[in-house]
Amino acid sequence: MSCEPWQCSEIAATKKANPIQKPEIAVAMIKRAARPLLIVGSNATQRWMEGRQLIDYLIEFANASKVPVLATAHMVGEFLKRGYTPASFMTAMDIGQRIVDPTWQGIDGKGHPDLVIFVGLPYYMEALILSGLKHFAPDQKTMTIDNLYHAHASWSFPNASLEDWASNLKVMTSKFENNGGN
Amino acid sequence: MTSKNVHVKIDEMKTGSGLIKNLELSIGKVINDNWTEPMGPTPMPHISTLRDWDMKLLNKYKPFYMPDCDLCCLCTYGKCDLTAGKRGACGLNIADQSSRIVLIACCIGAATHNAHARHVVDHLIEKYGRRFPLDVGGLNVKVEAPVTRLITGVKPETLGDLDDILAYTESQITHCLSAAHTGQEANNLDFESKAFHAGRMDQVGMEIADLAQISTLGFPKAEPEAPLIQMGIGTVDPKKPVIMCIGHNVIPSVGIIDYMKDKKVDDKMEVVGLCCTAIDNTRYFDRAKIVGPISWELRFIRGGFADVVVLDEQCVRTDASLEAERVKAPVIAASEKNCIGYKDRTNDPADQIVADLVSGKVPGVLILDPEKVGEVAVRVAQQVAPMRKKMKSLPELDQIKELAKKCRHCNMCQRNCPQDLSIEPAVKAASEGDYSKLAALYEECIGCGRCEEACPVKLEIHSYILKVGEKKMLEEKNFCRSGRGAVSDVEIRSVGGPIVLGEIPGIVALVGCANYPHGGKDVYDIAREFASRRYIVVTSGCSAMSAGSYKNEEGKTLYEEFPGGFEAGGVLNVGSCVSNPHIAGAAIKVANIFAKRNLRGNYEEIADYIHNRVGAVGLAWGAYSQKAASIASGFWSLGVPVLVGPHGSKYRRMLMGRSDKPENWEVYDARSGDKVNVGPAPEHLFQTVETPQEAMVQIAKLCLRPNDTWKGRMGKLTHYIDLHKRHYGIMPPDIHMFVRTTADIPITMKDEITEILKAKDWKESIIPDPTMLPRMIRKVKE
Repeated sequence: MSCEPWQCSEIAATKKANPIQKPEIAVAMIKRAARPLLIVGSNATQRWMEGRQLIDYLIEFANASKVPVLATAHMVGEFLKRGYTPASFMTAMDIGQRIVDPTWQGIDGKGHPDLVIFVGLPYYMEALILSGLKHFAPDQKTMTIDNLYHAHASWSFPNASLEDWASNLKVMTSKFENNGGN
Repeated sequence: MTSKNVHVKIDEMKTGSGLIKNLELSIGKVINDNWTEPMGPTPMPHISTLRDWDMKLLNKYKPFYMPDCDLCCLCTYGKCDLTAGKRGACGLNIADQSSRIVLIACCIGAATHNAHARHVVDHLIEKYGRRFPLDVGGLNVKVEAPVTRLITGVKPETLGDLDDILAYTESQITHCLSAAHTGQEANNLDFESKAFHAGRMDQVGMEIADLAQISTLGFPKAEPEAPLIQMGIGTVDPKKPVIMCIGHNVIPSVGIIDYMKDKKVDDKMEVVGLCCTAIDNTRYFDRAKIVGPISWELRFIRGGFADVVVLDEQCVRTDASLEAERVKAPVIAASEKNCIGYKDRTNDPADQIVADLVSGKVPGVLILDPEKVGEVAVRVAQQVAPMRKKMKSLPELDQIKELAKKCRHCNMCQRNCPQDLSIEPAVKAASEGDYSKLAALYEECIGCGRCEEACPVKLEIHSYILKVGEKKMLEEKNFCRSGRGAVSDVEIRSVGGPIVLGEIPGIVALVGCANYPHGGKDVYDIAREFASRRYIVVTSGCSAMSAGSYKNEEGKTLYEEFPGGFEAGGVLNVGSCVSNPHIAGAAIKVANIFAKRNLRGNYEEIADYIHNRVGAVGLAWGAYSQKAASIASGFWSLGVPVLVGPHGSKYRRMLMGRSDKPENWEVYDARSGDKVNVGPAPEHLFQTVETPQEAMVQIAKLCLRPNDTWKGRMGKLTHYIDLHKRHYGIMPPDIHMFVRTTADIPITMKDEITEILKAKDWKESIIPDPTMLPRMIRKVKE
């Protein structure tokens, strides 16, 4: 497991993501957050692990953790097809722009998210949005639960195989299932 | 034009008192000003003249920065770490730096198009004279240069007039770029305003380049039925000598085609092209062929199809000459901007150059005389072709199998692939004799070659992909319509009303480069979707090629399936990169010809009109270049929204509205001076979309304009809702923001939408005569 940016040129300078070495650490951080938000990108239907799509793992995770999901691109339709209704949907750029605005009151109008979790956007897009947040919302905590290291996040899993990714997502889901959600 | 000058040049004159030689006298220039329209407020704007207008847009559509680099390394104070609000040694912060990078990109793009225009205009003046009249469509196009007229206040009539206007744009681009020097501009929005100005200069430069070449070279003149051109490597006769022209500047190709015609060998040879040179070649010679977009240079050079490669300027791979050497194809560099280290042979006898290239004594030459390029290219191709036998650098399948066994499975290929393609498993499968995974990569690979550069054992992965995709490559036989040039005044008169009233739901311009996230079919799908919905679909450049590279169920390409007019359901290719101002020009001409707004030096009013009334959207699905940035910038400053595909996020700055902030969406009603909330229409000025499905939904939404009549809004909402439901599976959540009166509601969805409006506590509003300019209010309230 490597903490180099997955796409080699997506390097950061002085502020780099802390690696999440175990899924339990991610779970602990999500549980500590009062208003987490999970942003799911278009790779949710492009990535397959153990014969299942990423989106299926994420629905299980969202159901267990009760973390609200914001779908980008056309993923809302994919969630709906699978019987899961995301809390919101908008373009990736729209949500990025809102998060850097400290006065934005979140997708429910009740408060700015204190932890934003990214997964499944095209790597370079996700890297750029995380860079935007690192620079222009420096107090915003960000995390990715991709299997690819994102240097601009606050916390990121290291680069990992699809098998390890599936395992991590299942562990995270089970930890919430066992403890009654976020 | 305020400066009027006279320039007299006497090479030699005998007088009673002696011989005069090389006398040049400048006392200003004479501009033949027959244009009676009164001058508007901002002719030949300087870098801050339109700042107020720019700021109106930039406050409505605020920049969202996504720095691609945390550092600034542009001066010796640095590197400076600008992370999270730190200021560098010069005092700049990351927002300023990000906008500065945008400005630099736009200046590079604008300089490139203007330098292109400068070369074309100088060359054509030398050939045809300064007084050669401009003609881009005869009596059908009286407003021949809408962008130039609007921005400069000058109505150009001759090639010489274009020369004078270029002097203005060149000075402005210099001013814009100078603002990026350390210790100059200090505010991100002012950097952005200057980027807009660079975009304006870019539009003028491009328009001048195309005006000059259309007028002199016999290109189609606003012709909806411009010829259908054969496209794809499968259309090229491999038995004939093949000259492959790559780049953007048609002048060297004109030399080639003229020589071929002069020697009566134009039917015995193939002249083919990549990128905009290809399109402009076909505008000059309809038997020229297009092989594909610029990003597939490696594909077509390595494929060994070319007997001679002619490189001109812009977007040419800088290793194209090395790749040509691999397949023993002689190279002619034909632009002083791209000399490639070759010896300048411009003044050498053609016989000698031909002999050196044919014998392989030199791999390439620099020739800056287009006529000599023509002679040398043709003669070399004729002599080399029988010897080369289409040499390829592609390995055979059994070689690939053996070479693939060297793979260390380090995954550096994928980690360096911009598409994040799953390369390593494909190489592994190939090592076991299964080539299907490599074949699957053919369509999505954009041919950058980074996988090969990253490979520690130097596997030529791109060549493997090409080899297994070779059959498909050779079967590529499609049609692209040759660039038609301007939209005629007659067409504008026919559709101006329906566009402004919203009855034609929008103009969708598919422009720009080929850095696609999943191949070019997305461009075709999007174009076909909107043409079928009777939007006006305009294409240019590499997107025009991709749009024509696929066929419908009847075997027809897009250009065969839909008419080529600027009309509802039309699909028209305006031409190459420098033809893009015909798209901006069409919007400008709607304001001028249909709405009778004065054009001359009247930028703010026309941009305000377009922004609030003309439902046009640009989509650069594969934009990659600095030129694409400056082209987009020219559209932003006109208030026209631009979408880019996912790779476009690397432009690092979006210009986005906030639909959740109602206060951002107020305009003046020019009839009363009242402020009216018109909703987020259009919602964004520059935005990255992630998938083609999202692009379609966003395009439909971004065509909404405050001025839409109820009938027009109903139609536009029908498309927006339909696409939203199809791709997202749900009614748009923001529909209440776009319904102004109950008459706007699509009839077939009345009950459903009425329920939504009730739930949102919706209130009816008026349809204003919208403007963002207080001076346009006809009656000021007491």
